[in-house]
Amino acid sequence: MLKAYYHLLLRDLRLALRNRHELANPLIFFVLVVTLFPLAVTPTPDALRAMAPGVIWVSALLAVLLSLDRLFKQDYDDGSLDQLMLSPNPLMILVLAKVSAHWLLTGLPLVIIAPLLGLFMSLPTEAVSVLIYSLLLGTPVLSLVGAIGVSLTVAVNRGGVLLSLIILPLYIPILIFGANAVDVASDGLPVTGQLLFLGAVLALALSLAPLATSVALRITAAR
Amino acid sequence: MIKAIWNWIQRFSSPKYFYSMSAPLVTWFSIAALLTGLYGLYLGLFVAPTDYQQGESYRIIFIHVPAAWMSLFIYMVMAISSGIGIIWQIRLADMVAAASAPIGASFTFLALVTGALWGKPMWGAYWVWDARLTSELILLFLYFGYMALQSAIEDQRSADKASGLLAIVGVVNIPIIHYSVEWWNTLHQGATVAKFDKPSMHIDMLIPLLLMAVAFKLFYAAVVLVRTRNEALYRDRNRRWVRELIERL
Repeated sequence: MLKAYYHLLLRDLRLALRNRHELANPLIFFVLVVTLFPLAVTPTPDALRAMAPGVIWVSALLAVLLSLDRLFKQDYDDGSLDQLMLSPNPLMILVLAKVSAHWLLTGLPLVIIAPLLGLFMSLPTEAVSVLIYSLLLGTPVLSLVGAIGVSLTVAVNRGGVLLSLIILPLYIPILIFGANAVDVASDGLPVTGQLLFLGAVLALALSLAPLATSVALRITAAR
Repeated sequence: MIKAIWNWIQRFSSPKYFYSMSAPLVTWFSIAALLTGLYGLYLGLFVAPTDYQQGESYRIIFIHVPAAWMSLFIYMVMAISSGIGIIWQIRLADMVAAASAPIGASFTFLALVTGALWGKPMWGAYWVWDARLTSELILLFLYFGYMALQSAIEDQRSADKASGLLAIVGVVNIPIIHYSVEWWNTLHQGATVAKFDKPSMHIDMLIPLLLMAVAFKLFYAAVVLVRTRNEALYRDRNRRWVRELIERL
């Protein structure tokens, strides 16, 4: 079982690394969207600092949302998803492998580039480290919950808008606590509560989302 | 014993049987909803005492609060019947879920609109980002997502199952959303909204409120039956029992 997880994870990573330009797209999108806000609203540092947590978090959310497509789309189109479902390994494990690969390829780069954006938005240093922690805990949930949505819409023609419609409401708790943690940290207050909440949601998503995703994949495949 | 129950469920849940059995129920539920609703409105609008803080405008709660209760209740009905549809493959349950969604969305919308109308004289603004308003709005989005997914998938059975799964995922999320929004509001800015300490409700106000809640439930029962009957006719339009019905017309 572990072996299956490991192999599928490596396969997805390898496939993605062969398509490097695609890999960078969500990341560029993330930076681009954040850049739009100082241009659209105001470049004064105080105002930027006030809106930075929300802006960075919303942009991260959208970047993950746009990249969710790659989770199952290709495998669905070329039929390897069906083969995966036929394999004797529990589908949950395989889903978990694919989601892990997705997070390593999109979530983790977002976390790594986030300090730069904190700099752009003149966040204080303490808040930048909290931004990293909150993204580190929050982005895996985005991938996990997103997987449910993609597996439901992967067979729908032009399912992109539909996917955002069904997934964004489910992302709201993560957004609230992620952005709030950074906001509170930039005021110099303790953020343990927010980070613990994010961790709890991560544990919940980690245990339930792969189950829901595998049910959803079977529903999609039965068509 | 279990087998007998199962057979009974199978028989009762066949769309044909349901269609023939549900016709009188629609009438009874409609009449009951109308009577309790009219009596509840009479008590609420004419008999219940005027509130000493809010004056007459509090009377909108007799619509607003039951509508808000219904918005959650119908989502639960949707999720539970979707679960029944997915687990036991009972088509009728899927139909009930699909038929409920627009009704639930309407009640959610009604709760939001009446809340806004009440908010203007009380809070001075149609919309404030109060925790309850926000989670009600998110609930509306959840309904929209369900309906969008339902209509996007052509194959009826997988549309039912896919949107049903979404409803179940939504139910797991509703408490998380609710509490995070609540904490967000208290964490974020404290009480922007001047919430007066509510005195425990006077019995003359409570009775019409509960009557209206019952009336809304009965109304929902009637409407969901009508919609499910339509759904059954439409989905089984190529089956023999529907054809026979049409020929008899």
